[in-house]
Amino acid sequence: MGNLLDIKDERLSFFTPAGEVKALGGVSFSMKEGDVLGIVGESGSGKSVTSYSVMGLTAHPGRLIGGSIEFNGHRIDQMSEKEMRRIRGNEVSIIFQDPMTSLNPVYTIGNQICEVIRLHTKKSKAEARARATELLTLVGINEPEKRLKQYPHELSGGMRQRVMIAIALACEPKLLIADEPTTALDVTIQAQILELMIELREKLGMSIIMITHDLGIVSSMCEKIAVMYAGKIVEYGTVDEIFYETSHEYTKGLLRSIPKLTSETHEKLVPIEGTPVDMLNPPKGCPFAPRCGACMKICLREMPPYTDLSDTHYSACWLIQKREFEKAAGGEKQ
Amino acid sequence: MGKYILKRVAMAVLTIYLVSTITFFLMNLVPGGPFLAEKAVSPQAQAAMEEKYGLDKPLSVQYKNYMLGLVKGDLGLSVKQRGRTVAQIIATKFPVSARLGGLSILTAVCVGIPLGSIAAFNRGKWADNVVIFIATCGIAVPSFVICTLLLMLFGLKLGWLPTVGLNSVLHYIMPVTALAFYPTAYIARLMRSSMLDVLGQDYMRTARAKGLGQFKCIFKHALRNAVLPVVTYLGPLLAYTLTGSFVVEKIFTIPGLGSEFVGSITGRDYPLIMGTTIFLAVLIVSMNVIVDIAYKLIDPRIKLK
Repeated sequence: MGNLLDIKDERLSFFTPAGEVKALGGVSFSMKEGDVLGIVGESGSGKSVTSYSVMGLTAHPGRLIGGSIEFNGHRIDQMSEKEMRRIRGNEVSIIFQDPMTSLNPVYTIGNQICEVIRLHTKKSKAEARARATELLTLVGINEPEKRLKQYPHELSGGMRQRVMIAIALACEPKLLIADEPTTALDVTIQAQILELMIELREKLGMSIIMITHDLGIVSSMCEKIAVMYAGKIVEYGTVDEIFYETSHEYTKGLLRSIPKLTSETHEKLVPIEGTPVDMLNPPKGCPFAPRCGACMKICLREMPPYTDLSDTHYSACWLIQKREFEKAAGGEKQ
Repeated sequence: MGKYILKRVAMAVLTIYLVSTITFFLMNLVPGGPFLAEKAVSPQAQAAMEEKYGLDKPLSVQYKNYMLGLVKGDLGLSVKQRGRTVAQIIATKFPVSARLGGLSILTAVCVGIPLGSIAAFNRGKWADNVVIFIATCGIAVPSFVICTLLLMLFGLKLGWLPTVGLNSVLHYIMPVTALAFYPTAYIARLMRSSMLDVLGQDYMRTARAKGLGQFKCIFKHALRNAVLPVVTYLGPLLAYTLTGSFVVEKIFTIPGLGSEFVGSITGRDYPLIMGTTIFLAVLIVSMNVIVDIAYKLIDPRIKLK
């Protein structure tokens, strides 16, 4: 079976008055139907830009300048705006970070859910309303009939995020993009929303791209993880590979900076020193080199190539290249 | 809702009481009187006139009499327009001004809102610059200059439009344009900035992510949110515009209420000053209540207390 989503060497830049900001510098990955992929990275690493481009929602000065995005047999990068609209909200949906501002304050919940149903299906008003009730029940909102008549400001943050999920699921999308869906919520609600997403995925079987900077969320939800830094995927692998066979220095840094519940001694958290790179003038070599503890001369000169560590695990770091080379050289001597 | 309206009506009565009291004493503080300009009047005749209109009594008695009349709905007799009551003057002059003002506000809304929105959609491009230029002109150029320019061009040079009175549809074009110029410019500016704000909101991104077309995004999701500041401005604007403009009415020789405001003050026509001022106050207060209710209808988050 083919892939649901195939992104090959995607390059995307924002053309600002200050110059070209290379937001994505050759991102490639693919997803099969039913996959759950976590994209992790700090602010500005290109997580959101990558997933918005799948929906053709790149914000204004941004433009795709190379590569291809293939979703479910459609070439997203070659589609017209009109064709794109048929896919948005229908085959691919998105849940945004801030549920407090993502719903239109002047329309009822019912209006906003029915809108997307009626846009993509031929359902009548009454049928759309019935479907909306069903959706609200599905996302765990009680008294759905009453909620349909309420306005966003009458609902709590967690409740609004459930409504956003209902809107996203309205047309049974093949791919759901969750852009930090729990960042704006408090911790207990975060857990509820994540649980709901896992449950819905089992029920409906769609693929999910989970964008987050919280490694905890990724480990509990995803099968595969892409770690992004400065517009590139620096390491990609299954959850176990990323957590236990960490190969990229940046991923190691990320893991060092989360607290461990099990540690008995009081370990200090180690932050990653320095600041993210300036995307207006990206460095010639590895973008992480200036902040990397194990930086070598070559790291500053050349971008490291991807090294396959297993069928599902690859990473872009000169250290691995070096280790592989030494292994090969040692083998020859014996 | 009922309780809210009741509260607002009580507030309105208080406001109007204060406005009329302040106006009454201010007006009497100004030196001069209604009969001083007429030189040929003998002292006896003047005394007789003052007695007729109650101006010979002490100010406190005059005030009491006026307020008692006001409560009964009696605005008194005009001192200068003999034989006519203030209520009659307002009743004949207001419809003329209101028709003119209503048309110009309609024009301002129908032109200003699209202009401002178009500017916002094309931020930084030439269409935006054109709208900003027109809006700046509209706000900076006073109405008598616009009236004169219109008269010169369409009345005199081209001879397309009649210059005096309000006898046909064609007569309305120039005064309505002149009156609409400022509010159009103001609404366009308001609309541009609020539309820019709304376009950057997260719910607009949600609308796009649902697969809605440009048209639906703008007309359903953006416009209703962006129009609120314009509604706020519309309340007082309506009150002022419907009661007429002195300048435009003078230039186009239109028998409207706007001329009466100024005429009554220069002629010291005390009852007419009071009448027109109270009328404007009532109009402003009621427009504000209507605006508040409209607000509630547009944005459900607003609570009327």
